[in-house]
Amino acid sequence: MAAPTKAQFRHPTDDPAWAKAVVIGLVLAFLGLVLILPLAAVFAEALRKGLAPAIEAISTPDAWAAIKLTLITAGIAVPFNAVFGLCAAWAIAKHEFPGKPLLITLIDLPFSVSPVVAGLIYVLVFGLQGWFGDRLVDHDVKIIFAVPGIVLATIFVTFPFIARELIPLMQEQGVSEEEAAVSMGASGLYTFWRVTAPNVRWGLLYGVLLCNARAMGEFGAVSVVSGHIRGLTNTMPLHVEILYNEYDFVAAFAVAALLCLLAIVTLVLKSLLEIAQPDVKRGGGH
Amino acid sequence: MTISIRSVEKKFGRYPALNHVDLEIADGELVALLGPSGSGKTTLLRTIAGLEFPDAGQVLFEGQDVTFASAAARRVGFVFQQYALFKHMTVARNIAFGLDVRKGKDKPPKAEIARRVEELLNLVELEGLGKRYPSQLSGGQRQRVALSRALAVQPSVLLLDEPFGALDATVRKSLRKELRRVHDATGVTTIFVTHDQEEALGLADRVAILNAGRIEQIGTPDEVHDNPATPFVCGFVGEANRFEGTVSGGRFTSGALSFAANGAGDGPAVAFVRPHDFALDDGGFEVRVVRAHVQGALTAVSATTADGRHIEISASRAEAARFAGAIKIAARRSHVYSL
Repeated sequence: MAAPTKAQFRHPTDDPAWAKAVVIGLVLAFLGLVLILPLAAVFAEALRKGLAPAIEAISTPDAWAAIKLTLITAGIAVPFNAVFGLCAAWAIAKHEFPGKPLLITLIDLPFSVSPVVAGLIYVLVFGLQGWFGDRLVDHDVKIIFAVPGIVLATIFVTFPFIARELIPLMQEQGVSEEEAAVSMGASGLYTFWRVTAPNVRWGLLYGVLLCNARAMGEFGAVSVVSGHIRGLTNTMPLHVEILYNEYDFVAAFAVAALLCLLAIVTLVLKSLLEIAQPDVKRGGGH
Repeated sequence: MTISIRSVEKKFGRYPALNHVDLEIADGELVALLGPSGSGKTTLLRTIAGLEFPDAGQVLFEGQDVTFASAAARRVGFVFQQYALFKHMTVARNIAFGLDVRKGKDKPPKAEIARRVEELLNLVELEGLGKRYPSQLSGGQRQRVALSRALAVQPSVLLLDEPFGALDATVRKSLRKELRRVHDATGVTTIFVTHDQEEALGLADRVAILNAGRIEQIGTPDEVHDNPATPFVCGFVGEANRFEGTVSGGRFTSGALSFAANGAGDGPAVAFVRPHDFALDDGGFEVRVVRAHVQGALTAVSATTADGRHIEISASRAEAARFAGAIKIAARRSHVYSL
């Protein structure tokens, strides 16, 4: 047998070039077909009759109302879930208490429940025929088919994002820094703000971006509780659907394109964060 | 600060981590808690620190019951195994932390804190590194920062959990000397946990050896090495050949091996002989030398007995020339324990 030359040497875990080409090609083809092509189609359809009609479509009062409502909803849901996620992750990762596995399961619930069901839950509880329906009517409080219902449904659907991001991070960091702080006389609150929180700030920001992307794009749960009142309870995804069902394709795709742009901006921010902080996924320091 | 541990017990679930532990530590002493993993040494240290509370028993500082006092109230300085430095704070802020958290009149003025930080950086030979972040330091330097952070609050007792565990051998040696120097300079009562007997014997005034949640023996390094109180200590501290056999009429016998039983009563027994306690002796038992290799000033000899058991012998380089082929050896000294 002839001794292999240096040119013939292949690293043990190196696959042959044709195998790499096939695998990478398959992935790219798949991505192109299910991700890139539809995304491009959204923008292409939006701009089919030129830029002016697209801009006009997103400038109508109804579109503006939908954009505003989407931003308001995300603006409430995301901070709420940030606080909730931080508290839950802190409790789960740093403390032992009875019922902890149950809490972890509950946090995952929105991931496993269909968004439509999530919306129905709120209709059942707060709707006119719901448990609290009469009392809410008596006090003139509108939740279902109004902004509070939309915010609640969005919070429900997006609440695992930040908690799920923070729990593994905090678990990995352990409690010794907190113990060190407390042993030197720091109070619980001081320790949280000066030691725990700074260690998870990048993970928190990452979770917030993910949560925000989902909050702006949520359709199912919001659709159930919204009532689709134009200019009042339509978020951007719902507005897209209405326009589409009315065969106003240019307007539908224009609003959809704007929604996509918001999502893309979020993802770009997220990627920039990963580049600037390569260890975001592992936590603050080293 | 004297520390008394009285009948302390601690269970994690059903697993007893500390089982009736008693320990007295004198003011200014440097004590090592030595034991294998799972022996309860870290739990004992954390109980002394106030990071863990015992299920039963008492912890006293200077005669005062502090069993359920917080770590801060006890004024302990604790050095964590992985140092637990605050990653987002500079070295100087890390060291100052214990002073920064104080409130009102207890809090020293800024200039005083800065002076104290400088002083501590000098003490651990890290001058000029105050503005660095922990991630910019080597393992040994992080260790020093952790040590000075613990000392910043002028603790009544300094506690260290496996302080050199994560370091390579050379750094470990120099830091060991460093800890001894810092201890001698500050005079603070110091307790450290280790599973490395060389570290414990080389550094501490006294060594407490733990096994399965109990203290097997406490004494000076010489005492625990030369007069081990239990078979566990004998096997754990220093190297030893272990033999199972019986004692009768003042002699320990195990197959072809036989030597004086050192006062152990008749019946089944276990015996330990240190490698350097074997010597060539025509009146002894026969072994066959398998291998010999240099080990510093000594030669380590591996041999097998007539009945196929393995024996480790260490001899001076000059003497070792005679350790070849079939030889006769005897135990000059042995530790025999009745079972």
